[in-house]
Amino acid sequence: MSELAVFIADDEAPARARLRELLEDIAQQLPSRVVGEAANGFEAIERVPESGAQVLLLDIQMPGMGGLEVARHLARLQQAPAVVFVTAHDRHAVEAFELNALDYLLKPVRAERLGAALRKAMAAGATAAAPLERAADKAREYLSAAERNRIQLVPLRDVLYFKAELKYVTLRTREREHLIEESLVALEREFADGFVRIHRNCLVSKAAIRGFERAADEDDEPRWLVVLDGLEERLPVSRRQWPTVRDLIAER
Amino acid sequence: MASIRQNVYPDVLPDFRNLGVIARILVGVNVLALAAAVYAAPAWSQALAEFVGGAAFLEPLLLASLVLLYALAPMLARLPYWWGCAAVLGLVSLLAAGAYAIWPGSADPGAPGLARTVVLAAVVVTLLLGYLRLLAKAHSPALAEARLQALQARIRPHFLFNSLNAVLALIRRDPKRAERTLEDLADLFRTLVSDGRKFVRLADEIALLERYASIEQLRLGDRLRVVWELDSAPPDALLPPLLLQPLLENAIYHGVEPGTGTGEVLVRIEQRGGRVLARVENPYFPEHQHRAGNRMALANIGERLQLFFDAEGRVETGVQGERYVVQVELPYRSREAGRG
Repeated sequence: MSELAVFIADDEAPARARLRELLEDIAQQLPSRVVGEAANGFEAIERVPESGAQVLLLDIQMPGMGGLEVARHLARLQQAPAVVFVTAHDRHAVEAFELNALDYLLKPVRAERLGAALRKAMAAGATAAAPLERAADKAREYLSAAERNRIQLVPLRDVLYFKAELKYVTLRTREREHLIEESLVALEREFADGFVRIHRNCLVSKAAIRGFERAADEDDEPRWLVVLDGLEERLPVSRRQWPTVRDLIAER
Repeated sequence: MASIRQNVYPDVLPDFRNLGVIARILVGVNVLALAAAVYAAPAWSQALAEFVGGAAFLEPLLLASLVLLYALAPMLARLPYWWGCAAVLGLVSLLAAGAYAIWPGSADPGAPGLARTVVLAAVVVTLLLGYLRLLAKAHSPALAEARLQALQARIRPHFLFNSLNAVLALIRRDPKRAERTLEDLADLFRTLVSDGRKFVRLADEIALLERYASIEQLRLGDRLRVVWELDSAPPDALLPPLLLQPLLENAIYHGVEPGTGTGEVLVRIEQRGGRVLARVENPYFPEHQHRAGNRMALANIGERLQLFFDAEGRVETGVQGERYVVQVELPYRSREAGRG
């Protein structure tokens, strides 16, 4: 039986040490190898892809980026690890989080529970994105694109607009474009606070809107274009969305 | 358990050094005097003149009574309740008699006379003592008991489970430190289940803060730096138990845990005149302030301060630059001063 590659992400050093000890304790029944550790969410995003981890033991409450968001980004990897969440929350909070559909361990972790969770995770394989999305307690602060074997994070506050193409969604920042595999509908729902739909295929950041320009169209119907902060490109507003967009900006 | 202790709250004399009590006496007496003036005056328009006329006698007597009661408060507090009431009644009546004797207006033909003045003063004192007793009752036994128990500081389960986890990690590598940490945890929980209605000494609360900080230090390592400024903290000051611990817990939970770098928490406790000031500062993460519990813990501390110190306790919060600051202010009281 080959060793199971385990990655440990927890912001508290004693908690990581404890998990290592427990993995050693159950090595007889379940041989494993710790292939990496991270003390916060960003480190996990950076190190997990290259570590070849099969299972990720992931603390939910971490500084920078919480475990739930980390798992959502890592789920984009081609060889995404199975995630077992570890939390000091009580059972009540776990239910509120809808973690039940996911694998989780309560701190302090017991050796038997750890063994059972690892076996279950191995059998089930990579954690699916859908239950992770359901368990998310708040909108992500980053968007991610998987590029080869790494995760590229784009802070949400840098995003100027999302535009749906044929198969992908293009995400535009001041500097460049990224292709992300998400649906515009889901993005609109998740980021309703900061983004507004201006067209069937386009969501723009409310904070980035600088103003509007009248389009010189052949039609007699007037058309409006959105001017975004620091971007040459003008984005058309659909007739249907125009009243919503206009009112929104008038309110500021 | 509480139901069999029907009589643990004997009546106590109002604290004549408490700002709230003093304010209530001032307002109460003047409202009575105003009512009397309205009653005595032949018309509405003369009521004010009547009141002002009476005030020339009333106000000096009122102030003198308050000063006397303020001075004698520790002694009065040591008497049994009814004796205390009798003493207050006697003192104020004597003062009234003395004031009447030296009052130039007592020679007027329309003056009320010594006996009436003293009886009136005694009636007012009795009314006020009765009012303050009812007020204390409304705030105190059943109601305040329930409120205090509900308000008694609770430590987050998050902290408990993470701490136990940290101790488990220590047992094999550093058994001595594991022992110390469990002892610290035990002390913390002993205070937590103790009687939240009894005052503790500031020195004990500070020891508790230090134990709490050392447990957090174990979990967070280099990420937590606590700076203590306690040199001028009066060790014998009395305060409700676990009044300050939630401030430190909040500071770490909201100000250190969300950061990936080192977070510095400042704890400064000092005495300024008759006040004790406790200040806790932590790095400010605006996006994490909404984490549940902060407002609740502060409201909780505010209410406990009010229950214990009435108008004399205060909790204030604010953001100063990149630091989040909480300041608690309470009157300096020690066991030697009589109350507690």
